[in-house]
Amino acid sequence: MAVNTDKNSYTVIFAAVMVVIVGSLLAFFASSLSEKIQENQRLEKQQNILYAMGVNENEDEGSVNFVSTDKVAGEFEKYIKEQLVIEGDQITKDDNAYLIDLQKQETEAKAGKTRKLPLFIGEKDGSKYYIIPMRGKGLWDAIWGFVALDNNLVVQGVYFDHKGETPGLGANIKQRYFMDDFTGESILKGTQYAGIAVAKGNNDPTNQIKDDNEVDALAGATITGNGLSAMIKESVNLYKSYLESIRAKN
Amino acid sequence: MALLSKKDTSLILDPLADNNPITIQVLGICSALAITAELKASIVMALSVMFVLGMGNVVISLMRNIIPSKIRIIVQLVVVAALVIMVDQVLKAFAYELSKTLSVFVGLIITNCIIMGRFEAFALANGPWRSFLDGIGNSAGYGLILIIIGFFRELLGSGTLLGFKVLGDPIEKTGLYAIGYENNGFMLLSPMALIVVGLIIWVQRSRNKALIEEN
Repeated sequence: MAVNTDKNSYTVIFAAVMVVIVGSLLAFFASSLSEKIQENQRLEKQQNILYAMGVNENEDEGSVNFVSTDKVAGEFEKYIKEQLVIEGDQITKDDNAYLIDLQKQETEAKAGKTRKLPLFIGEKDGSKYYIIPMRGKGLWDAIWGFVALDNNLVVQGVYFDHKGETPGLGANIKQRYFMDDFTGESILKGTQYAGIAVAKGNNDPTNQIKDDNEVDALAGATITGNGLSAMIKESVNLYKSYLESIRAKN
Repeated sequence: MALLSKKDTSLILDPLADNNPITIQVLGICSALAITAELKASIVMALSVMFVLGMGNVVISLMRNIIPSKIRIIVQLVVVAALVIMVDQVLKAFAYELSKTLSVFVGLIITNCIIMGRFEAFALANGPWRSFLDGIGNSAGYGLILIIIGFFRELLGSGTLLGFKVLGDPIEKTGLYAIGYENNGFMLLSPMALIVVGLIIWVQRSRNKALIEEN
């Protein structure tokens, strides 16, 4: 071919054509697969919610296994009795409350609108679980989770996940040994909604003391831990009025 | 006529042993450390890299005469990035849990030195068919090492292979565990991957003395 590939004009045109071709190719891929990807994300959310209330397929002390994807829809229907949307003072039932995008709600709240707060009520072996979804900031990117509470606002189980925390350090928030520490802690300190802090040097590494509102931190993951503490505290305060009504019923 | 000439065959076979990208050229070490704690993740990473490198080499080779040499590195990056995003999207749609395990690392394929290295060194100077073979050969050599490391790390670290408990149950104390065997948790940490790579290099060079560099 007798094209002078060193000319500036050729370089610019080549770059422009390449960007258009690659861009449209990627757009085509993304839009044709997005339905399938969204479906996967939906099932994952159901798995996470069930995991927090103790419905999972954990095999041993270290494993974190969800209900398998083919069973999750049925199990979700079986265990999650009610899904609520709390909007200011209004509480409505909505079977698709788990699809509410927390990030979007947060932006809308900043714009002055009333925030929709989803809450899931599960029932297993006669006891009730109030599952609060939450979202916060880790070191690199978003972290999120689900915390299951009982009638006395004591944690019965949690599930945490993250987008891009450091593998081996902050990423360990989704490890079993970390998540299991939260079970038995109360989010109340007296009558204050104190949440549960991820604390360094709390003199209780094996987490025997359950009334200190603290769990042992992960070494080398200070900022992820702080983000997690802040996330829990903020979220329980958002749900304060509803949680008060649960306590009052007791 | 055979499908592959002798020269073509060596394009595929050389990187498997005497010109292995990991153990001889020492490229792509980062991903070999990061994702080899499980055999399954190793296999998927190997296949993803094989796809990206094979396709990328062909694309770059087809464009080798029209790529302006001033921006050729950028063009290479765009080709890799586009292919990687496609792999990522396909994994998210059809192997969601796996894509979560690989999450960060799929993106890291872009920075895998083997890919840019083969584009620069081979695809820019050779035809598409030979480039394709070169890509498959190099990624197979890379994948082979990944799978060997993944095999030993998962077997010795968790006592499983592809998730199956091949050594018995560590909690119930069956199989090997009944006679006092314990999993070596250290195998799951990345430094052990480096040590396994070191052992492979040692075995390989003591079998083929020609590979030992002079100091």
